[in-house]
Amino acid sequence: MTETTHTAPAKVPRATAPPPATGRRSSPPRGGPLRRLTPWLFLAVPLVLLVTFTYVPVGNMIYYSLTDWDGVSPDRNFTGLDNYEQIFTRPELFRVFFVSLYYLAASAVQIAIALYFATVLSFDLRFRNLFKGILFFPYLINGVAIGFVFLYFFQDGGTLDSVLSWFGAGSDHAWLGDPTSANVSLAGVSVWRFTGLNFVLFLGAIQSVPAELYEAAQLDGATRWQQFRHIIAPSIRPVVSLSVILAISGSLAVFEIPYIMTAGATGTTTFVIQTVKLAFQFNKTGLASAAAVVLLLIILLITWIQRRLVPDEKVDLV
Amino acid sequence: MTTPLPARRRRLAPALTYLSLVVASLVVLIPLVVVFLTSLKTSQEVTDGGALSLPGDWLNFDNYVTAFTDGKMLSAFANTAVILLFSITGTVIIGSMTAYAIDRFDFRAKKPVMALFLIATLVPGVTTQVATFQVVNSFGLFNSLWAPVLLYMGTDIVSIYIFLQFIRGIPVSLDEAARLDGANSFTIYWKIILPLLKPAIATVVIIKGITVYNDFYIPFLYMPSEDLGTISTALFRFKGPFGAHWENISAGTILVIAPTLLVFLFLQRYIYNGFARGATK
Repeated sequence: MTETTHTAPAKVPRATAPPPATGRRSSPPRGGPLRRLTPWLFLAVPLVLLVTFTYVPVGNMIYYSLTDWDGVSPDRNFTGLDNYEQIFTRPELFRVFFVSLYYLAASAVQIAIALYFATVLSFDLRFRNLFKGILFFPYLINGVAIGFVFLYFFQDGGTLDSVLSWFGAGSDHAWLGDPTSANVSLAGVSVWRFTGLNFVLFLGAIQSVPAELYEAAQLDGATRWQQFRHIIAPSIRPVVSLSVILAISGSLAVFEIPYIMTAGATGTTTFVIQTVKLAFQFNKTGLASAAAVVLLLIILLITWIQRRLVPDEKVDLV
Repeated sequence: MTTPLPARRRRLAPALTYLSLVVASLVVLIPLVVVFLTSLKTSQEVTDGGALSLPGDWLNFDNYVTAFTDGKMLSAFANTAVILLFSITGTVIIGSMTAYAIDRFDFRAKKPVMALFLIATLVPGVTTQVATFQVVNSFGLFNSLWAPVLLYMGTDIVSIYIFLQFIRGIPVSLDEAARLDGANSFTIYWKIILPLLKPAIATVVIIKGITVYNDFYIPFLYMPSEDLGTISTALFRFKGPFGAHWENISAGTILVIAPTLLVFLFLQRYIYNGFARGATK
């Protein structure tokens, strides 16, 4: 459930990074005030955008979360931590966290499948590029299109029922009809959509291992399992642990697929769907902000844990 | 047991490997192919036949015409194109300028500035929209194409990292030589750095292009007006008026997927590398 690329919160050493420049020294800090001003001329617009669309909203959000504001009226009352108390005590608000568990389980499946196919396709096979393309393509497809494809897939007498009846397992089960079945189905769509990204990441890591290593192992009579265990597994550990972290924060931030397919009906409301509904349908900006702050804190906590567990050797900045 | 176990396994294993690959490919392709077939059927065929039945006329494009005319797909493609053009250009310029300033200059507030960008990567966009909405609204940008353009431009830190990564590979001696010839910082950025960043620009354009093309959340939130549909929101609106008309919905869906497929077929290698780089940032 690596929900697209834009908020991936970690770094991993890349095999494709360009070679470091030789003899690099930053230009001497000589010159007058104009010279000292130059970097700020380049940074002005990016910084203004960054502050306006990231830091101001985060600040406002924390402030709104302590009020009962409805998003429109000019007056708002300071209510302290009341919104936070509601999130953790009202069962209908708290319940959405359990829906995340379906997506969490789905990401485990997704990572396992991606790992299997990355290993298989790292060996020389016929039609290797074709299979790679087919497995990756779902990740590129528009979310709304995927939603519709799978609404038809799970429909009564739709794709899934028809395929099952080929195998004599025809059923009139309403796949999106009850909470458990609906959540499992939606989590399955998520596996279908995001496995390709994990797969390509794992494949890239495996292929960055020099080919001589495999050749040497084969000469020594290592089986494929031994090759996986002792060559492949260590080389992809960083990418896999990153994927696990992204999966955890991703499964809390699920929005598109359930919103498009069921609009959160039959117990498929996720945390983000609930927040969006609170803010934009029920005008409870205060409560929604508190929910968003809680999610933000959880994600920061997960990222912090990841940094502690997997210290990355290459810090890109600084 | 006539054959020893390892030998038998050696013959069985490749077969099972191919079997698993074929099954996975079918799982990926069948849902898509069925929707494609449905998009070529008449309304009658959809109601009478099963999901896996074939269309009677393989050249029946009526549903596509309906999707374009009643589904407003044409204006959706136009709106998406405008958003793509401005947000990608903006992202490239902003990202490369930031990377240039951070990598090539020493200034006192450098570390805090970098921290500001770094910490922003940890803030997931979905969570802050409640408050971002108020900011956008206060600029009077609600229900305008500029809202998504600004948001896509202003919150893309991944591309800054990609540029930073590449700019480090460009020798500083080039800058210094140009400076000795009398070039100022802007000339160096524009004439030397930016042209040498071409591979990075290609990566950013591809990732950003696909992300923006596919984004649903931001246009859905900021441009509810019928005329301002992007391909995502216009397709989403098929749900109401076309109700159970799966042949029309399918045609719209295929219209949205087709450009992605074309881009993927032509730019495969760049896409794999780009997303691998973007996701691990």
